[in-house]
Amino acid sequence: MSEDVTGIVVPIHLDYTYTPGVAASRFLRHIAEGNYVGQRCPKCKKVYVPPRGSCPTCGVPTDEEVELKQTGTITAFCIVNIPFAGQAVECPYVSATIQLDGADIGFYHLIQEIPYDQIHIGMRVEAVWKPREEWGTTTESIAHFKPTDA
Amino acid sequence: MTEPLVAPHVLEWGYTRSLGPTLTAFFTGLRDRKIVGAKTKTGRVIVPPTPHDPDTGEDVDSLVDVSDEGVVETWSFVSHPRPKQPLDRPFAWALIKLDGADTAMLHVVDGAIETGSRVKAKWRDETVGYITDIECFVPA
Ligand SMILES: [Zn+2]
Repeated sequence: MSEDVTGIVVPIHLDYTYTPGVAASRFLRHIAEGNYVGQRCPKCKKVYVPPRGSCPTCGVPTDEEVELKQTGTITAFCIVNIPFAGQAVECPYVSATIQLDGADIGFYHLIQEIPYDQIHIGMRVEAVWKPREEWGTTTESIAHFKPTDA
Repeated sequence: MTEPLVAPHVLEWGYTRSLGPTLTAFFTGLRDRKIVGAKTKTGRVIVPPTPHDPDTGEDVDSLVDVSDEGVVETWSFVSHPRPKQPLDRPFAWALIKLDGADTAMLHVVDGAIETGSRVKAKWRDETVGYITDIECFVPA
């Protein structure tokens, strides 16, 4: 006679088919080639990266593509101290909003190659890419951002 | 224009649920190929068991074994099962009132079904203490 069954694991499983849409697909295909390409609004001239295909302020399509430099500025950051299931990086680490030079909005990425407690808003950073053979239509093609040496 | 990208996106997480005394008896019973119900102070037998009488809120009187055979009270047929469903062929979800029980339990029926059908549990060769220890119910 074995022991009582005092607990069960209840599985939750959701299968989604995700599409990022036309604009972000273009962005990700450029990423697979090693380029950050945003889109510029024809009216207000703001540059969105990653692009969403339209300007939320002006309500018009953003068709013009703009290749950006791979340097930028930290506009906000968060020190992650709490581990969770599926976490790719060891705690503590920093997730930051980075605004690339020439862009008008920021996106999230990891900041590495510097102690987490030395990271600050306004810090200049640059993209560090994974080896060429690991590039794909994902922002994980960029391993992380690191402080610029300059 | 090039087609938008498409990718699978799977969210999966398992909750570990502690069962408490009443459902511990139910799931332990399944592992031992028995179906356990709760008998209220008024003599009603509730399957699966609850710790309290749903009519009065009082604690139930005792836990009792019921049959693994019973009657289909109502059912809903699934012609095209989806990947995670219990059977890979057409089946019915059914509320089954087991002999000795006063309430019906939801499970799966494989085979011809109508309201009032007699069905019997088909136990798996290996039981672990889970509702799927009963693979399905089949015509008795
Ligand atoms: Zn605009």
